[in-house]
Amino acid sequence: MPVGDLASKTIHELRHMIQAGTVSPPEIVDDLLARIDRLNDSRRIHAYLAVDPERIRRQAADLPASARAGQLYGIPITVKANICVAGEETSCASRILEGFRPPYDATVIERLRRAGAVLIPNANMDEFAFGSSTENSAFGVTRNPRAQDDRVPGGSSGGSAAAVASNMAIAALGSDTGGSIRQPASFCGVLGLKPTYGRVSRYGLVAFASSLDQIGPLAKDAEDAAMLLNVIAGHDERDSTSAPVEVPDYVAALRRPLKDVTIGLPEIPSEGLDQHVRAAVDGAIEVFRTLGVKTVPVELPNIDKAIATYYIIATAEASSNLARYDGVKYGFRAASGGSLTDMYLDTRTQGFGAEAKRRILLGTYVLSQGYYEAYYLKGMKVRTLIKQDFDDAFTACHIVLMPTAPTPAFRLKEKLDDPLQMYLSDIYTISANLAGIPALSVPCGAGPDGLPIGMQLLAAPFQESLLFQAAHAYEQATDWPSRRRNWRSGNAG
Amino acid sequence: MALVTPEVIAQVARLARLRLEGPDLTRFTEQLSEILQYVQRLQAVDTERVEPTTHVLPLSNVLRKDEPRPSLPSDTVIALAPAQRPPFVAVPKVIET
Repeated sequence: MPVGDLASKTIHELRHMIQAGTVSPPEIVDDLLARIDRLNDSRRIHAYLAVDPERIRRQAADLPASARAGQLYGIPITVKANICVAGEETSCASRILEGFRPPYDATVIERLRRAGAVLIPNANMDEFAFGSSTENSAFGVTRNPRAQDDRVPGGSSGGSAAAVASNMAIAALGSDTGGSIRQPASFCGVLGLKPTYGRVSRYGLVAFASSLDQIGPLAKDAEDAAMLLNVIAGHDERDSTSAPVEVPDYVAALRRPLKDVTIGLPEIPSEGLDQHVRAAVDGAIEVFRTLGVKTVPVELPNIDKAIATYYIIATAEASSNLARYDGVKYGFRAASGGSLTDMYLDTRTQGFGAEAKRRILLGTYVLSQGYYEAYYLKGMKVRTLIKQDFDDAFTACHIVLMPTAPTPAFRLKEKLDDPLQMYLSDIYTISANLAGIPALSVPCGAGPDGLPIGMQLLAAPFQESLLFQAAHAYEQATDWPSRRRNWRSGNAG
Repeated sequence: MALVTPEVIAQVARLARLRLEGPDLTRFTEQLSEILQYVQRLQAVDTERVEPTTHVLPLSNVLRKDEPRPSLPSDTVIALAPAQRPPFVAVPKVIET
């Protein structure tokens, strides 16, 4: 078998091969590591901050017999560097957590282990998930594997998306606070799901904005994303925001016919919307119509306020969550000869990058006395209006469809010095976090230069099954398995 | 028009325990001013009769049973600290003697 052949497969394909006895977990890991060795160099894709082949091989060799029945037995799953894996560096791509090895597993990691998965930790990301390009990593950028030139993979889960897209991962976990799973999925041509708020436990996820953060899968197709959600979803008493809502079998739901599903098409802010993105999404809508899906117009009148609302709420929560990094209990401490306050100041000033500082400052400002009502309270009220828009829309349709991002992947450094322009690239993804609803980005085409384009499917809370069902029907109608296999140009070639 | 002055940002930086001066202070003041200008669009939204949303889930008072259970061993946790004097974490002197 040629090198990279196993690494290019999906979870469900590998699972069948393992069950048939035609491949073993160590063989899969060896093939994946060969691929990583070839492509992960910091001058190439750099999807992982660090890879320890021996530790990964040992996991595959030492899988307990009891794990054999697990849904993910012997399947390597890549993990974003802000999800705690016991004993593995979990730096959030920040100097302030450089070298931090958590003594415990996040709940999602415990669940993956129980299902028999082999963990590949340390996917690159924007520092503390602050960003939309992975350029804010303190340890070097990730490049988009689908681009011919130097383009961003999106962010903040850019390492996870680039790894899946370049077959340096079978599938991956990311986190999504304002689009950090979906936007990189769109830029790299893979699927990415932000589950309903409360669907997946955040215990062991390094907190960014606690009323918005969710962990979710990035995958090569809808079935893989459904398989991963089957494993990671469910109530966890260690996360007080985890919902005690039953978990359906998402894989079983996948093959239901799309009959009687109505898709709502909202008027969206079109400023900055690339014509190729518009054309690709319109093409996807036509595919759904040929599958017998009814489409209706829906209104989301407050969606144009989503970014302003988000950058108040998310930065306020981030400034308070990041107050814990003070150089005392873990992570980096600056060599400071002065007082305790000097040590705090030096540690935080040297430990945080520019975007983290911007967000801490903005968040501290909007929460400070005299500004709280004008900014934070106002933001929480507009959030209510945005949530109501979706509640109303879902009385008229089952799924809302719109682009994931206004453009395909942009160039490295194109937006780095203009934070507001960077924030605007999240315009279509942010409202799902504010409303707490599930949203899935699905590849639906490419621009003339071959850069992937994604469409976004959104549903009412806990209706992830519907999203998988629609994505799977679309994949079948457009021959996605063979399109995916032939889609190997660019930096990963 | 700048919404915030370098003095205000310097004060916010002190509250957030960040050192910020010189060209960095100027650049951050400009960028934050531009972001706050953009955020001003919310002021035009009528929220007179709207309740704020703090969390989207209808969950409240989530408590677990008040039973003791094992936690991480203290030496494991102390070992993570950048400076230690087991069983304590070490920090610069706080109290003058």
